[in-house]
Parts: sequence; structure tokens; C-alpha cells
Amino acid sequence: MVESKTVSWDVVDVGQSAAIRLCDEGILETVDWKKLGLDRAKFMAADKYDCGVPSHVSATVIAYDKDKLGNGPKTIADLFDLQKLPGKRGLLKDPYANLEWALIADGVDIKDVYKLLNTPEGVDRAFKKLDTIKKDVVWWTSGAQPPQLLADGQVIMTAAYNGRIYDTVKNSGKHFEIMWDAAVIGFNLWAIPKGDPRLDNAYKFIAFAASAQAQADLTKYIAYGPGNRDAMALVDPMILPQLPTAPDHMGIEADAAFWADKGNDLRQRFTAWLAK
Amino acid sequence: MATMTAQIARRPADVPLRVKLMRVERRRKLKAFTLVLPLLLFILITFVLPICRMMFNAVHDDTLLALMPRTMGALSAWDGKGLPDEVVYAALVSDLKVSWAEKTAPQIGERMNHELPGARSQVTSSARKASTLTTGPYKAEMIKMSPLWGQHDVWSLLKRGRSAYTAFYLLRSVDYQYGSDSQIVASPPENAIFRDVFLRTIGISISVTILTVLLGFPVAYLLATLPTKSSNLLMIMVVLPFWTSLLVRTTAGVVLLQQHGVVNDVLASLHIISQPAELIFNRIGTMVAMTHIQLPFTLLPIYSVMKTISPNLVRAARSLGAGPFYAFWQVYFPLTLPGIAAGSLLTFILCLGYYITPALVGGPADQMLSYFVAHYINEELNWGMASALGAILLIATLLLYYVFNKLVGIDQVKMG
Repeated sequence: MVESKTVSWDVVDVGQSAAIRLCDEGILETVDWKKLGLDRAKFMAADKYDCGVPSHVSATVIAYDKDKLGNGPKTIADLFDLQKLPGKRGLLKDPYANLEWALIADGVDIKDVYKLLNTPEGVDRAFKKLDTIKKDVVWWTSGAQPPQLLADGQVIMTAAYNGRIYDTVKNSGKHFEIMWDAAVIGFNLWAIPKGDPRLDNAYKFIAFAASAQAQADLTKYIAYGPGNRDAMALVDPMILPQLPTAPDHMGIEADAAFWADKGNDLRQRFTAWLAK
Repeated sequence: MATMTAQIARRPADVPLRVKLMRVERRRKLKAFTLVLPLLLFILITFVLPICRMMFNAVHDDTLLALMPRTMGALSAWDGKGLPDEVVYAALVSDLKVSWAEKTAPQIGERMNHELPGARSQVTSSARKASTLTTGPYKAEMIKMSPLWGQHDVWSLLKRGRSAYTAFYLLRSVDYQYGSDSQIVASPPENAIFRDVFLRTIGISISVTILTVLLGFPVAYLLATLPTKSSNLLMIMVVLPFWTSLLVRTTAGVVLLQQHGVVNDVLASLHIISQPAELIFNRIGTMVAMTHIQLPFTLLPIYSVMKTISPNLVRAARSLGAGPFYAFWQVYFPLTLPGIAAGSLLTFILCLGYYITPALVGGPADQMLSYFVAHYINEELNWGMASALGAILLIATLLLYYVFNKLVGIDQVKMG
């Protein structure tokens, strides 16, 4: 679209590592914060992203059905403990979150996880840990699958996006529980494809969508945290504990630079590992 | 009469009969050709050409040649030992400067990354840093900038890039790759999966074909021998799923086979099993769903061949003293072979290309080759690998077809 100079999208919701890679490749407009009229310092890790405005924060968590598994997992180590909690586990069919969890469950301190994943030994160690539960994993690819897998009793616990789980609890009366230990926190950003002919309107939209009020209002519809720190004060206190940005939920912040850099290679290795 | 034709033929202005006949024949051929021409063109444009183009992708890759012309030119003087000299590094710097200005550095990085994982980010960061370099000598500067440029295998890779044709993708598809001196070596074990995947694809296809023949043959026999009234009803039951979308039937497989699905619940309520059996996301689920989908493809050719077998033949065999099994095995069964051959061939070849069914009801170790083709196209944007895998599958299929033709003879195959 950008290369063929026929930009038809004005604003795109991109993930963190995509925001970094696309920015490096010159596919996205560099954000002009003055033009936007918002304070860059108020946004989550915004200094690391030249081409995006943080929109919402989500968490990849472990969820389980309290009706079926009364004594659920307490820490991420329980995900790998087949003795304590025998049964199938659902996991995202991607190395993201899984490699981090494997290392944390293997005793690595949260702050050392990415340092270790940057080394071949660390990656080997993570895959080795994943080997221990490989035959008991049901792999999913889209966010709608984990609540379905739980509801069908296909798995006893599953990795899931926190918003999806809260949504199921709210709308279908299931007693799904979220375990916040080692939740992998990531966020999305609003970005503008380079060469957008309606640049001014794109800025106007982002200025609205990233404003504290709009981001706080978003939490009424899905339990994803605001990227704008000012919005936290405006969030309904009922929803607050369900958000990844709640003070006691900060698990491990996904290292987007790491995933932008190593993601493709790790994904290839992961695919080969799965196929064996 | 004879003299008359002889007279006409002898007239000098007249055309000989032989030529006339040929003309008629040619006109007839032309007419026949005109009739098939639209379909021929359609198939050429929508089927043959794209396939050839994709297969060309498997061996053609001029990314490095097109985006690093100066380096490629300078490298022709390099003898391939150790590291190239200053001239090549200077060419590299000027290529990287251009690539940074034109934003093509990620493409170069991506191409190199296919063969040397981890190269992408180093190439882009080198391009960014190289854009600030003004004076040489560049060799030491570049190696300091990124250890990548001090690696012998990187330069071997770049030297291979001087050709617009590469065997890399085909090699990878059979678990080989280039070593640091461009020699062919086996892929490291964590990447070597494709031979397994090929064997798995053929293994699953053969097993499903055998299952469909075993299950389909008796039903086809019943259909062919029952009176029309009852056989029609049975036929509808066979054809109805045949008309249902493949996706719907695969999803139905999920409903039936899952942990608390219909099959497990029924078995549990009959106290046949105490723990739910694992029927889905493994080989069992894949085979059951594929067999279900392929059954009509095997059954219908067998059925239509059986329909043409006269019941008198078996009766004659029986009246000559053959037992019921002997009459069936010696007289009836050989006559059904063309149908079995047709049905099996159809099912086997269709099975080789299965994608969505193993993806939905199989586990990670049940994915067939098409899954990886789709994966490379959609997820990794590595069309070279997708094309190479596809080309190898196509060639393997044609080879198997050739073997089949030699063993059975394609003229023996009857659809009815």
C-alpha cells in the first residue's frame, strides 16, 4: 500500500514489534506530537516509539474454569507442572509469551528473561522447558479460541488475552478465572501509513482516540488498559482490577525491541519445533 | 464409375482426392480445436502459467543482484577465501548508503536472513550507520560496525547472490543448506523437518486411501446390487455429505471428536470408557476427518464400475461350481479393479494437498506439506520456500502418477 503509493488506510492499530519494524522500514509516518496536541510523556513507553501512539494495553494470561478446576494454577510454574495439574493446556501457537513463561517457570528472574532469551543457550533452555509439556498442549491461533476451549472442557487451563476472558465472564456467566502471575503485558499503537493523503484527519482521529477520556471510556467495552496514563484516574473503579494496568498486575512487560529483532527467527524455530 | 473418377482426378485444374480429404480433415480438426480453445486458454492462463511462475520462484531470486549491484560486481574478483579486500567493502558501503536512502535495506536483510538467521537486524543497522560514513578505509570500519561483515560465510552468501538463480530454497526443502564455503551440508537438526513432512504427507495420504477403499468397497457393492428403490436412498446418504462444504464437515469433525464431544459423551454414558478418549488434535482426528471427506471420491468410481458388471458373470461362475467367495474373488473382484484404481488415485492425489482439515483437527505433528506452503506465504512472506516445497510436491505427485501408470496402466482406470 505504501510502496505502491495508494494508501487507503488513514490509521492502523499495530502491535508493538510491528510498530518498531515498520517504523524502521519507513512504512509509517513519524508522529508529530506537537501537531497531535498530546503530551508524549503521559504515554506508556512512548519514547521508544517514533511512529505510534499507545492505544490500549492487553495482557497474555493463564485462565481456567473455576467450575471445573477448583484448585487452579497459582504461579506460572503450575502451567508446566503436569503432576500437580494433569490435563491439556491451551497455548498461543507462537513463541511470544511461551518462551518467557518457560524461562520464568524454570526459575529465571523476570528481569533477566530477555537478557537470557538473547542468547542461544537461553532459547535452548526455553524450548527444553516447553518440551516437557509439548504433548499436552492444544495450540490456538486466534483470540476467540481460548474461551471456547475452556468452555468445551478441551483444556483445563489456557493462555488467553485478558479482555477475552473478562468478556466471556461478563456476557456468558462462565466462572473463568484469570491468573495474573507472569502475565505478559503488551500494547498496541495507533499509527499512520506513510503518504496518507488525509493526514490531518488521521491526526484528528488519533488525538481523540488517544485522549484520556476516550481511552478511559474504552474500558467499559473491553478490559484493556489505557495507553494514556491520565486515563487511569477516569476509569470506573469496578473495572479497574480487571485491567492489565492495575498496579498489582504488572507481570512481565513484553520487550518489543527483542521481538521486532528476533521474532521471525524464533518463529521459524518454533514452527520447526512444533512439526517434530 | 471408375473411369469417371479417374477422369475427374486427371483434370489438371482439379485437386487430387488425397489433398481434398486432408483439407476436410484439417477443417474438422480446426473446428474441434476451436471448440476446446476457450477452455484451453482458461487453463493456460489461470492454472499452467501461475504454477510455472511459482515454480520459477523456487529457483529465481535476484534480490541481492538488484539491490547490491556494486558489491556483486566487486565480488567477482574475490577468490572466495578468507575475507574480500577493501574494494569490495567500499562497494558494500556505497550499496548500503543507497539502500538506506531508498529504504531497501530491510529487503536485503530479509533475503540474507533466509540463509543466515539473525542477519536482518544487523544489515538494517549497518545500512543506517553506513549512511554516515564518508571516508575509508571501510573494511575495518564495517567489521567494527557489525561483526556480520567479518564473517566468511556472509561473504560466501553474498558471492552466491551474484547469480539470479539459487538452489537454496530447493535444498532447504529437502533439509540441506549451504555451508560457509558454499558447499552443500545437512541442515541443523532444529531446522531439518521437511523430509519428515514429505514422508508424513505421503503416509497419511496412503493410509486414508486404504481406509476409504476398505470402507467404501462394501457400500459400493451394496449400492450396485440393491434394487433401485432402496439403493437410491442409500445413494443420497452417500452423496449428501459429498455436496456439503469441506469446511463444514471438518468443523463437524471437531464437534464429534472433541474431549466432551458427541463420540466421547456417548461412549462415557454407555460406560465403555471412564476417561474421555483423545480423538482430536492428533493423528486419529486427522485420519477420521480426512477419511470421511474422501470416502465419496473413492466410493463413486468403484460404484459406477460395479454397475457395469453383469450379474450373470458371477452366476455363471457359481453354476460352474465355484463357491461364493471364490466366484467373488476370481470373477467379480478383478472386474472392479479399474474402479478401485480410479478411486484410489483420485483420493490419494487429493489427500496430498490437504490443508484445512489437518490444521483444524490435527495436532502440530500432523500438519502436511500444504500447511507449510501456506505458512511460508502468509506468515513468513518467504515465497521462495513456499514455491520450492510446492514444486517438490508437484514433482513427487507426477512421479507417483508415473509409477502408478507403469504398475496399473492409466488406460485401466475407469470412472464408470
